[in-house]
Amino acid sequence: MSQDVLFQLNGVSKSFVKGKEKISIFDDLNMTIERGDFLAIMGPSGSGKTTLLNMLGGVDQPSGGEIWFDGARIDSLSEGELTRWRAHNIGFIFQFYNLMPMLNAARNVELPLLLTKLSKTQRRANVETALTLVGLSDRAKHMPSEMSGGQQQRVAIARAIVSDPKLILCDEPTGDLDRETADEILEMLQLLNREHGKTIVMVTHDPAAARYASQTLYLDKGKFVQREVAA
Amino acid sequence: MRSLISRSLFTQTAAVTVMNIRSLPRRLWMSLAMVLASAVVVAILLAFLAMAKGFEATMSGAGSDAVALMMREGSQAELNSVISRDQVNLVEEAPGIARDAEGPLVSPELYVIVDGIKKSTGSKANIPLRGLDKRGMAMRGNMQLLEGRMFTPGTNEMIVGSGILREFDGFQLGNEIRFGKNVWTVVGVFSTGGNVFESELWADAKMIQSHYNRGSSYQTIRAQLENPGDLEPLTAYFDTESQLNLELKTEADYFAEQGKQLQYMAIFGRVISFIMALGALAGALNTMYTSVADRAKEIATLRTLGFSNFSAFCGTIAEALVLAIAGGLLGSLAAFVFFDGMNASTLGGSFTQVVFSFEMSPDLFVQGAVLALLIGFVSGFFPAWRAARMPVIVAFRNAA
Repeated sequence: MSQDVLFQLNGVSKSFVKGKEKISIFDDLNMTIERGDFLAIMGPSGSGKTTLLNMLGGVDQPSGGEIWFDGARIDSLSEGELTRWRAHNIGFIFQFYNLMPMLNAARNVELPLLLTKLSKTQRRANVETALTLVGLSDRAKHMPSEMSGGQQQRVAIARAIVSDPKLILCDEPTGDLDRETADEILEMLQLLNREHGKTIVMVTHDPAAARYASQTLYLDKGKFVQREVAA
Repeated sequence: MRSLISRSLFTQTAAVTVMNIRSLPRRLWMSLAMVLASAVVVAILLAFLAMAKGFEATMSGAGSDAVALMMREGSQAELNSVISRDQVNLVEEAPGIARDAEGPLVSPELYVIVDGIKKSTGSKANIPLRGLDKRGMAMRGNMQLLEGRMFTPGTNEMIVGSGILREFDGFQLGNEIRFGKNVWTVVGVFSTGGNVFESELWADAKMIQSHYNRGSSYQTIRAQLENPGDLEPLTAYFDTESQLNLELKTEADYFAEQGKQLQYMAIFGRVISFIMALGALAGALNTMYTSVADRAKEIATLRTLGFSNFSAFCGTIAEALVLAIAGGLLGSLAAFVFFDGMNASTLGGSFTQVVFSFEMSPDLFVQGAVLALLIGFVSGFFPAWRAARMPVIVAFRNAA
């Protein structure tokens, strides 16, 4: 595996049984994600985008095939091992932000750092840096209910990057935002990719959102049907 | 590495617990219902235990092991016993009994039942009227006149236990009271340190013999022992005197046996509390399952971020424990405020009312706390298990 390859899927399949019927989502899916990629995955509903994202994030396991991350195979890890692996390697951004409503912005951003060995002082410093990066240093003490959707998503981005993960996974990150705010968020992701070298995989329905990515993969019926590389 | 994981687990668990507690206002009414259910169960348990403890203290505090109590064989309670004057005379000659300048310290006593009206219900209840003389008074070292004076022997005067004054109508100092054809005057109020004698009326033994047609007979004999607890000389003497077919025990043993009759209170209280705890548990389980459902998205998000199953489990258990402990504290406080020192009366071993006070003590609060913790742990365990074991994808789907 090349030094530049961060993720590699070899012959991955995913199926589940519903009643007497076996439903296949993927069959023999192959994919490579290189460090520094900003990859958009598009496709119609039911094409398997979110299932693929869940497998990349280690919250779902494939039925067959191999998933390699940074030179190590992760599809055979136990649930506990995958949880620890996620904590150290993956940052998540959700469509509906998924902030803890009872915690202020700073406390929300701090959550992934509670899984590290950092001291309280170091955690505070990292939180401040992440919030500054997303332009919300003055909102650290605000509760999610006191912020707009765009601001909440920026807090979620700060939470995703605060522990410096190798990969950021975004599930419809602008699906709940208006166009203008969505563009701000996408510009921020692009900045993280271009200026800070973050590898990003984003699932989206929105072609305008996909245009911020360096390449777009089209998924349909469990297969990649098209690949577009940004100019 | 192990300490690092432990520290991280501790930090995660603490963080999840704090988040769960902070999210309680979202489930305010269900959470309050769980607190209230725990409070009621704990309060009821404590009330029963305090009642049993108070009764036991009243009974056990009455008996002295320096006093021997003699009753007719098989009579079990003072009320059922009959003792002749001849038997009293023989006992006065017995070895092992303390003596002073006036002779052996022996008190032949009578014990009859009269009616009183309970203040709490307005209903009639049995009160013991004890006939005794100054020797009998001397044997009750903790007897103290609170008001008035001692009755005059040979008159229809009586003194009233402070428990009777609290719980029954009409026994105030100076009052005249009719029992059957006889009118008695209350000339004093006495205390015996909160024990069972305070639930009695005391009058001259000779007057009671006369008014209740007892001739020269008595019902019990009390005798001060030379050596506290030592019944051997008396037992040996009884074996040689065929007329003395009496049951012999220390006064302490007698009242301890009487007190045991009311142990059913504590058992009944525990059974009632257990049944109620099951009800509370059902409600608490519902509250905690609702909590897990309400927090499904948060639990799934935290686990996606890398928080362990264990932290989700502990956070849920901690939430249940906090609610149950809050209920336990509330119940203990309510039990203390409403029941500690509360006066009550119940039927004692001689079919007479025994006045006693509910008695709260630290060991009872510990039992209440244990019950609250048990409710919290059991009601938290299964929902916590669900929170920990639910696959992240399923949790997200349920929360959607």
